[in-house]
Amino acid sequence: MGKSPVNADEARGNKPKLSLHVPEPHYRPGDAVDFSHVEITKAGDQARPDETCDAKDTHPLCLDLIRVLGDDDKAHGPWNPRLSPDTLRTMLHNFALVRAFDERMHRGQRQGKTSFYMKCTGEEATSVSAAMALASDDMVFPSYRQQGILIARGYPLVEMINQIYSNKGDKLKGRQLPIMYSSREHSFFTISGNLATQTPQAVGWAMASAIKGDSRIAATWIGEGSSAEGDFHSACTFAAVYNAPVILNVVNNQWAISSFSGFAGAERTSFAARAMGYGIAGLRVDGNDALAVFAAQQWAANRARSNAGPTLIEYFTYRAEGHSTSDDPSAYRSAHEREEWPLGDPVTRLKKHLIDLGEWSEEQHAAMDLACADEVKAATKEAEKNGILGHGLHHPFSTMFEDVFEELPWHLKEQSEQAIREREIKWPEGKKP
Amino acid sequence: MSGPQAEPRRLNMIEAINEALSVTMEGDPDIVVLGEDVGYFGGVFRATAGLQEKFGKNRVFDTPINECGIIGAAVGMGAYGLRPVPEIQFADYIYPGMDQLISEAARLRYRSAGEFIAPITVRSPFGGGIFGGQTHSQSPEAIFAHVSGLKTVIPSNPYDAKGLLIAAIEDNDPVIFFEPKRIYNGPFTGYYDKPVEPWKKHDDSVVPDGHYRVELGTARNVTEGDELTVLAYGTMVHVAKAVCEEKGINAEIVDLRTIVPLDIKVIEKSVKKTGKCLIVHEATRTSGFGAELSALVQEHCFYHLEAPVARVTGFDTPYPHSLEWAYFPGPVRIGEAIDKLLSE
Repeated sequence: MGKSPVNADEARGNKPKLSLHVPEPHYRPGDAVDFSHVEITKAGDQARPDETCDAKDTHPLCLDLIRVLGDDDKAHGPWNPRLSPDTLRTMLHNFALVRAFDERMHRGQRQGKTSFYMKCTGEEATSVSAAMALASDDMVFPSYRQQGILIARGYPLVEMINQIYSNKGDKLKGRQLPIMYSSREHSFFTISGNLATQTPQAVGWAMASAIKGDSRIAATWIGEGSSAEGDFHSACTFAAVYNAPVILNVVNNQWAISSFSGFAGAERTSFAARAMGYGIAGLRVDGNDALAVFAAQQWAANRARSNAGPTLIEYFTYRAEGHSTSDDPSAYRSAHEREEWPLGDPVTRLKKHLIDLGEWSEEQHAAMDLACADEVKAATKEAEKNGILGHGLHHPFSTMFEDVFEELPWHLKEQSEQAIREREIKWPEGKKP
Repeated sequence: MSGPQAEPRRLNMIEAINEALSVTMEGDPDIVVLGEDVGYFGGVFRATAGLQEKFGKNRVFDTPINECGIIGAAVGMGAYGLRPVPEIQFADYIYPGMDQLISEAARLRYRSAGEFIAPITVRSPFGGGIFGGQTHSQSPEAIFAHVSGLKTVIPSNPYDAKGLLIAAIEDNDPVIFFEPKRIYNGPFTGYYDKPVEPWKKHDDSVVPDGHYRVELGTARNVTEGDELTVLAYGTMVHVAKAVCEEKGINAEIVDLRTIVPLDIKVIEKSVKKTGKCLIVHEATRTSGFGAELSALVQEHCFYHLEAPVARVTGFDTPYPHSLEWAYFPGPVRIGEAIDKLLSE
């Protein structure tokens, strides 16, 4: 052991020994939950600057919480997007359809029809309402919990299920983990399992749109957990430097698998506040308030379309279910968090608002839920005709080697022949892998 | 008016690369060039000189010092429909962009079943011999060759540099285009203490005007011979050639030009003829691309081999600054390997 110089500690002054701070969430399994420390603003109290304002004029909103739907179920203040009852009903229907879809796919995974599924329960507004505020051909670069965008854009449920089952109808040829959709036709970028990579790509797409003098913008979604990735810093830097027409959506659902938001820096400041350091516009929004989400996304889209630059939006929400079918949240967080979450449930809140407007009823809602369940059930049956995971109805073996390159090079041709030879040995005539 | 006896036009590597960019950009408005210092300044090695003036700031622009962002933005631009040609200032700097290359650019076509592609060409100066120390000298080509979905190209002369770069830019797959910076201004024989010979004395510096392609996946026999085959690319083509000439050995030197896709037919034909194979690369030895070449040669040519396949490479250490010429796989190391091969 080396000897430290005498009095070295004293020479540095009378300070306590250094200690490492390892963040710890407020509640663990079994704990009673009290969210009174979470500051909930009054709906309608937040100023709405003009879309073309200086970025710094939005910065007070980075530490605020934009809310429209009040406890009285009414829409309040300047952020009220004043959507027609028809649009609100469409939004509510999209919510219900996402929820019904999640329920059925989750069950399908438990029944062994596929390997994996991820629900977005409690976060429906952050994808559905945001997508509805964009043009249908604005390019989205989602993360893995934005099935609501596809549903809002009318992507066929059967295609989604084919992908989840990796069956012979799967347009992605069974190559991707379930829920890693792709649809160029719906301006929905291929989802990566590597987190945050889509964020600089969205900025690059937006730069390209600007280079070409296009009118389309890009929007990307990322969880608060993966906002810690370097890619997100790259995205913010490029967005700021080139004033790119892009919206950077951070869905702060409090949990990244078992790591609470403190491991992404939430103990120090908000995620919206990242915008301040980059000098871009930033908004912090109640992510369970469908109207606030719509309004914020629309504000950012208008800003981008006016060449006024990018916006970083934090949606403050709560992941009501586990991370995925491979996760058991009861092992690391209190089950009471979900029931105590102070911002409620986005579906219930929108439903109550429509009822308050006299444009909806509990009976209509129950009927809609049933219709959505039936629609998903029918789509599931249709998709199951194409097979479920591991039951032989998959794409031909040769497709394993296609699309690595545009053309098949000699070494992949050789390996493809090997795979086909092996197939004859492993699964002789009549047997299916 | 130039007469029929006019001297052919000769360019160095930098000029040839610059011309490839210019020619392709003239023909395709979707090509954009981005990277650190590539815009107004024209690049630290001058490869993009004059391009911003010619094509405007919308098509040739500087970027933040952020390789993840450079590659990531290029992937997004490619998804939009552009054909980006990002420059990574030194190959040693490419690592922050690796996830965007390996998990994204290389995988888009596959994971989206062809809905999205990454038609990007990442240009980057690589290799040592300019006293760049360990962060300006590396040859990381084997890392990229290992990644399914990437093509890796390494030119060794101005003619190939232009033709290969045009083919790479026009390719619909992502291409890593490594430019051996030691030979930007002249071929290098490995005799570091001798004066540098300019490209204009070299046959392969005759570069045609306008558009032409050197197809990816095509190797080239630099010399024909029957005593042994030398597989090399980039700078090492010239070093190996100089050693063989000095020794008076009738070697067949194969310039691979692209390592993925690899021209296995040319390799196989040559090794079956000579029965002896020496692989030379500047990169570190263990799991270097020479290991793959060695395996392929024995798989394809085993019964024609008269001696074990030999490798001459850089040492498995970082590239040292002051001991650069002790590290470099130069004439002594190559000569010793050749002597051993020929004595077997």
